[in-house]
Amino acid sequence: MISLSHYLTLAALLFCLSVVGIFLNRKNVIILLMSIELMLLSVNLNFVAFSHFLGDGAGQIFVFFILTVAAAEAAIGLAILVVLFRNRQTINVADLDHLKG
Amino acid sequence: MDNLRIATPEIFLLTATCVVLVVGLFLKPEQRQLNYWMAQAALVVTLIMSTSQIGDAPASAFSGAYSIDAMSASLKSWILAIVFGGFLYSRDYLSERQIARGEYYTLGLFGTAGMMIMVSATNMLTIYLGLELLALSLYAMVALYRNNAAASEAAMKYFVLGALASGMLLYGISMIYGATGSLNLAVVNDVLVGGSERSVGARFGLVFVVVGLAFKFGAVPFHMWVPDVYDGAPTSVTLFISTAPKIAAFAMLIRLLVDGLPVLHADWQQMLSILAALSMIVGNLVAIAQTNIKRMLAYSTISHVGFLLMGIVGASAEGYSAAMFYAIVYAFTTLAAFGVLLALSRDGYEAVNLNDLAGLGKRNVLLAAVMMLAMISLAGVPPLVGFYAKLSVLKAAIGGGYMWLAIVGVFMSVIGAFYYLRIIKLMFFDEPIVKAEINAASDVSAGLAVNGLALVVFGVVPGLIMGACVAAFG
Repeated sequence: MISLSHYLTLAALLFCLSVVGIFLNRKNVIILLMSIELMLLSVNLNFVAFSHFLGDGAGQIFVFFILTVAAAEAAIGLAILVVLFRNRQTINVADLDHLKG
Repeated sequence: MDNLRIATPEIFLLTATCVVLVVGLFLKPEQRQLNYWMAQAALVVTLIMSTSQIGDAPASAFSGAYSIDAMSASLKSWILAIVFGGFLYSRDYLSERQIARGEYYTLGLFGTAGMMIMVSATNMLTIYLGLELLALSLYAMVALYRNNAAASEAAMKYFVLGALASGMLLYGISMIYGATGSLNLAVVNDVLVGGSERSVGARFGLVFVVVGLAFKFGAVPFHMWVPDVYDGAPTSVTLFISTAPKIAAFAMLIRLLVDGLPVLHADWQQMLSILAALSMIVGNLVAIAQTNIKRMLAYSTISHVGFLLMGIVGASAEGYSAAMFYAIVYAFTTLAAFGVLLALSRDGYEAVNLNDLAGLGKRNVLLAAVMMLAMISLAGVPPLVGFYAKLSVLKAAIGGGYMWLAIVGVFMSVIGAFYYLRIIKLMFFDEPIVKAEINAASDVSAGLAVNGLALVVFGVVPGLIMGACVAAFG
């Protein structure tokens, strides 16, 4: 039988993977966007699991909202990415170092 | 559908924003100013609607997801007034640079609606939606200057770190939901008061919520985005980011920690005290080394966030009202400082280096005087309003038993005075590099004069704002 803690462990693992992905990745901005998406999806898994085991619908409603916001966020992220590529001709994370001090 | 009335300012603002958006599509380039006037009219009407709610009895709507009380009514009015000032100062800057002007106002209005929702939200879902409405508008605003490489790099950094912060906050919210079985903050509080066995999960969630909040505030050690975004974004957007959203972030923090998780106050007090101390130390020390004025103001923001958090650390009603006072005062003081920078920037020329301010007193006395008042107020010198703000948060920290934090605060504000006073020295005692006089539009000059005067008037009579802040937590 799959218990709540199994779901929570899976979600925590996915969450950690996405945070590691954001901090270790030095190559490609698109991988950053994928990590952000993975992070939001791991939170969704958490909400659905809690909602099921608590017998409360609010968590599932929250998931719909997160999915919608994540779509909007991905749209804005990709738009910024296109603008960035036009200006810099690169989407390498290591090259985004012109602002510092 | 009961009580829809309490959300009328937000509903009006969103409708008006959609009208501004659609009308903006049909305007010819030479009619672009109309967009500005419509946005300002929408803000003024919303401001009148939300000030009329001050003093109303607390009420809630949408099954307790949205409520109005003394804090939300007065914070909303301040947010609207500050955004109004921000649009006024930004107008000439935007039209000279041919930055997509209509979009700046539309996104700004959407962001304002997001801030108003954050201030009034009493359910974690509404808080999240208000926060995202604000954050998504801000990401797009930073990227508006699309031919500028620095702006797009700043937008990317802001986007990635902002999304990371939202993810952290959401993970924390999901844990709190799992521990208490509710998204409504009042219910969360009731459940936690009822049983201590549930607080373990909520405490785990609290850590993530505090990290998310610290990111949004720009508190050390989650401050890396602040200087880059302030520096890279067009100055008009920097002004928008650095003023009103701080007030909204304060309200979000109060809702989540004070309304929702007061039972865990021993835990969050400790976390916030570390964030506050680090922010004050790092912010003030690094600001000294900056030669770029936008980066300097960014580190100054970080240090002021530390002071604001110091008010909350004490976990007392007087501390919360001191922090609320600090947030409001900080927002309109920074508004004046960035307003002067915007007035100095002309077509093809940005006032970004400290030396660009040299001899400003000889080029335009009004701008120099307003900048001087803003700097003295940020440094916390009486009789300006910044002094009273610092005094009240220090009092609250001592009252809450955080003597060490208050001592760090006092030391750091003395160190911080150096870089604020350096600007005054540059403006009045150094020779200008460019001698040409600066002429600001008459309404911008009038706005800056009122803004500068407010710093003095509220400093002499702090009760005008403090009364509302005390009532909010009375």
